[in-house]
Amino acid sequence: MIAHAIFFYVFSIIAVVSAIMVTASKNTVHSVFFLILDFISISCLFIMIGAEFLGMIMLIVYVGAVAVLFLFVVMMLNVAQQKNQWFISKDSSKHIPIGLLISVIIFFELIIVIGGWKYKPELFNSENQNIINSVSNTHSLGQVLYTDYIHIFQISGMILLVAMIGAIVLTFRQREGVKKQSYIKQISRERAEGVEVLNVASNKGVKIDD
Amino acid sequence: MIDIGLGHYLTLGAVIFSIGIIGIFLNRKNIIVILMSIELILLSVNINLVSFSIYLGDLTGQVFTLFILTVAAAEAAIGLAIIVVYFRNSGTIRVEEIDKLKG
Repeated sequence: MIAHAIFFYVFSIIAVVSAIMVTASKNTVHSVFFLILDFISISCLFIMIGAEFLGMIMLIVYVGAVAVLFLFVVMMLNVAQQKNQWFISKDSSKHIPIGLLISVIIFFELIIVIGGWKYKPELFNSENQNIINSVSNTHSLGQVLYTDYIHIFQISGMILLVAMIGAIVLTFRQREGVKKQSYIKQISRERAEGVEVLNVASNKGVKIDD
Repeated sequence: MIDIGLGHYLTLGAVIFSIGIIGIFLNRKNIIVILMSIELILLSVNINLVSFSIYLGDLTGQVFTLFILTVAAAEAAIGLAIIVVYFRNSGTIRVEEIDKLKG
């Protein structure tokens, strides 16, 4: 129990500090790195409380794909030159008290909800927990995911497909003056337009213009 | 303090959620940091779902965390594509200078 508490506090402190650094860091590249650190510590927490599959998926999807995508875009757009300016004009700093006020209000509302909420003790003695403990987390998740939630699973695959096509269509750009291979032209070429038989007179040669 | 329960995880989720909202409001640099704050908020929602699912012994929370992961990945891809297109057209992604809609 003590080890559980120590690991929880270590990972959650790392997560909170890196979340603060994501929003407060002046350099955008640094905030992407802190976002990666945040995802790693949260996935360690997930693995610690018994959701191993989600922790690993989180590492793969967030750290391996999403954060690297952010890093690519940050480096491609050359925003590092803006790193020394937090606020351009004076009147933009009036957003600070409003933002702080709203987030503090939301935080205390959440705390009140958590503090005032008591879970029923008989929920812990339910039979579901025994089912989960008998097989591994990944096994039981797969049993639920491919039977009860198969339609939602396929719809999420469609969401990924739509996102992929949308991202390609949005960033696709046709440049002028770039030489490309045209398969249609290549295939539909006939012999008559490609080859010409000439009657060459002897000792005179022929002039071919192309 | 030593006995870690459901409330600890929910508090951690609440703290990260509030930090994400602070990041959306206070950020004046570029839109990418706002997208990262949205990712933080989705992460805190995931923490809540997973901890409820573990402590109540119901797998539905983890299944929906998977779907939230999917939607978050799709949202990041589309949002970054839009940002790239906007930067190509107007040359800036600073939050204050994006005022074409006169909002």
